[in-house]
Amino acid sequence: MIVQPASIDELAEVVPAHVRLRVRGGGSKPALSSPLPGVTTLDLSALTGITEHTPEECVFTALAGTPIAEIERTLAPHRQYLPFDPPLAAAGATLGGTVAAGFNGSCRYRFGGIRDFLIGARVVDGRGRVITSGGKVVKNAAGFLLHQALVGSCGTIGVLAELTFKVFPAAEAHATIGVEVGDVASAVRVVASVQRAGIDLEAIDVVPPKRVWLRLGGFRSALSTRVAILQQAIGPNAMVLYGEDDAAVWRQAADVSWAPAPASLVRVPMTLPVLPGLDLCLAPTHAPRRYTIAGNLGLIAWPGTLDTLDTMLRDLGLTGQVLRGAPERPWLGALAPNAFEQRLRTVIDPDGRFAGVPAGR
Amino acid sequence: MDRDDLLAALARLVPPERLLTRAGALSAYESDGLTAYRARPRAVVLAESADEVIGTVRACHAARVPFMARGSGTSLSGGAVPIEDGIVIALNRMNRVLRFDPEARVAVVEPGVVNLAVTALAVPHGLYYAPDPSSQSVCTIGGNVAFNSGGAHCFRHGMTANHVLGLRVVLGDGTVAVLGGDSLEQAGADVTGLFVGSEGLFGVALEITLRLVARPAVYRTVLAAYDSLQAAGDAVSRIIESGLLPGAMEIMDRLAMDAAEAAVHAGYPTGAAAVLIVECEGDAAQVAEEFEQLLRILSASGAAHTHVAADDEERARIWKGRKSAFSAVGRLSPDFIVQDGVVPRAKLGEALATIEQLSRTHGIRVANVFHAGDGNLHPLILYDGREPGAHDRAEVLAAEILRLCIRLGGSITGEHGVGLEKRAFLGEMYNEVDLDCMRRVRQAMDPHGVANTGKKLGPPSGATASHGLHPLERAGVISRA
Repeated sequence: MIVQPASIDELAEVVPAHVRLRVRGGGSKPALSSPLPGVTTLDLSALTGITEHTPEECVFTALAGTPIAEIERTLAPHRQYLPFDPPLAAAGATLGGTVAAGFNGSCRYRFGGIRDFLIGARVVDGRGRVITSGGKVVKNAAGFLLHQALVGSCGTIGVLAELTFKVFPAAEAHATIGVEVGDVASAVRVVASVQRAGIDLEAIDVVPPKRVWLRLGGFRSALSTRVAILQQAIGPNAMVLYGEDDAAVWRQAADVSWAPAPASLVRVPMTLPVLPGLDLCLAPTHAPRRYTIAGNLGLIAWPGTLDTLDTMLRDLGLTGQVLRGAPERPWLGALAPNAFEQRLRTVIDPDGRFAGVPAGR
Repeated sequence: MDRDDLLAALARLVPPERLLTRAGALSAYESDGLTAYRARPRAVVLAESADEVIGTVRACHAARVPFMARGSGTSLSGGAVPIEDGIVIALNRMNRVLRFDPEARVAVVEPGVVNLAVTALAVPHGLYYAPDPSSQSVCTIGGNVAFNSGGAHCFRHGMTANHVLGLRVVLGDGTVAVLGGDSLEQAGADVTGLFVGSEGLFGVALEITLRLVARPAVYRTVLAAYDSLQAAGDAVSRIIESGLLPGAMEIMDRLAMDAAEAAVHAGYPTGAAAVLIVECEGDAAQVAEEFEQLLRILSASGAAHTHVAADDEERARIWKGRKSAFSAVGRLSPDFIVQDGVVPRAKLGEALATIEQLSRTHGIRVANVFHAGDGNLHPLILYDGREPGAHDRAEVLAAEILRLCIRLGGSITGEHGVGLEKRAFLGEMYNEVDLDCMRRVRQAMDPHGVANTGKKLGPPSGATASHGLHPLERAGVISRA
């Protein structure tokens, strides 16, 4: 069964009327949103629209089902952008879905992720109550930061109905540097050394086996000087891309087009020191993969059954989130029960309506 | 366990020299940076380990006696005022850095580590800890986490919540939970972010994983003097509209400037109605261009005078003046209330004009220091506590300013928290459904309601009002922002 509320009031009415619910936005991360037997699909694609945008405030509020693409189109004329670089916009990703999945893009390296830019939300709890958390100003220490806990909650705590974000001014121009390296170990060395080069980067991605992509953004007049400093730090094996060539590299990263279906797409939070060990395990499988955010996130296009990957991640103490693949198994690898999160769930969703997917983590 | 058994239980946890029960020893813990409130705890546990904190929390839970975890006591909202006849868990001795990994860019620290000490540790590796509350030379990370502390550089860097990646906490019933981890990216619900800013109502942070960021290669700092507060506020709006992204934008009015100048000789221009401090940060080529554009905007904004910091020393002096402004105001008035409210940035001018009008109507002097880039106001309401009724009159004005912030679509607190001070206003900003949810979340984490009871959500703690500067503040050891 599918229900499709078109307003927050309708959403609040619909929730208590269904025993089990699974939220769906644009469906761009199907493992999180595809229908499950016996579970009502709560389709938020009609709960759409930017309800408030004050460019001079660098703040906007939008309903959860608003496509990322629409938000980007609205911000662009004001030379503003979403610094967490939401992926899968072309595939129809929505604002709410992006927040619920906690899925940041490569260029979040520069200023921060969803958690750093989300300043408030209206959340519908399991009893249909509409709860306001945070506010519409960039600094706010009143109340609890309940909206933060919804980031990455995959729709299993409460339903995000409306979100307020702060945004930043977009860079005037960009440049991309592609570095050819011998192997993943030397890629990690490049990442560490460019981080120490004193140049602020927008993105640092490693694409095994032999590529590191760097992106800079800023004033057009300063770009070439900054690129030259980086080239000096990197050495001769670097190509520099501007304009459409630069944009294409990051569009491909944001679309995750290097990981076509039917391979599962798995998101693995990690740190740079862990990267060589993880890649050593993954290399023999030939699974396409990309390490974004300076080694803080691994994205893996896994071809076969997820059991092998599950074991591999568990052995490394890492957790994997399945974004595309079998919906029965949203989490892989090391899972630790979290008393804090479990208790929060009993408050926001006392009847277990949103637990359609086995509880996360 | 009843209440009488509690002290015996605590005595089994820590040696006698770390369990304070005598009146003289307890008096140092009676209040915090908001000296208008005071309460006498039953005992203070000087904890040296996470196990001692966990043991104390469990004993308090069993005895249903409230506890409050305390760092340096610099809270400006009464958040670190003890609960009358409750237990204080003093965390200053838990000041170890448990792990420091410059490659992963994280530091795992105990709650008693001082804010600035984290940066001191990271700087040799080209890194630093970005949140910089004005009390950063003494305030602790545990307190910063509890109150989601801000500072002067939030415009670009965000608040404490944006810099805490993971936590090990003990909840109000003694359950230990691990939240988040080392990565910038989270696996699952970002409950770490929810714990930050909970004002001690969920429990106590035992280990805190902090995100370290690259130290900007270059800072460029400029002071611009204006003939009116409004003109300074308008300049901030123009900077934001222009698409520049400075690290900090701060405004001080004449009264605050005079106080700061007298206290630390920061070199602020004399005779101006307001001064705007703007700081650009980043790599050299980018900052050079940004700073040039900034100076153009400032000169077009009607600045009577601009002055660029010539070197690091001058920059440090400018910031010292700004960060000591609160305590410096103590030179102008025997007592003052530090208010903390937020308005949308585009409404800064309107807010300032209204505050000026309120000040005139009430006949009470108000000095203004604020994080202009965030719309975060800090009106300092000056009064003389020896005059009968003066404190109450000042509080009436403070309340009107908070209501102004709510009316303009802002918040009753940007960075000081609700604490004891603003409990009555939380219900004016959020509705009963929101408050009910907050209470239920709190109850789930702390079923007996013993963790920092009475703060943020109420009920009243029995603390009594008095006034004056914090003793450390009088001595010039701490300052407020």
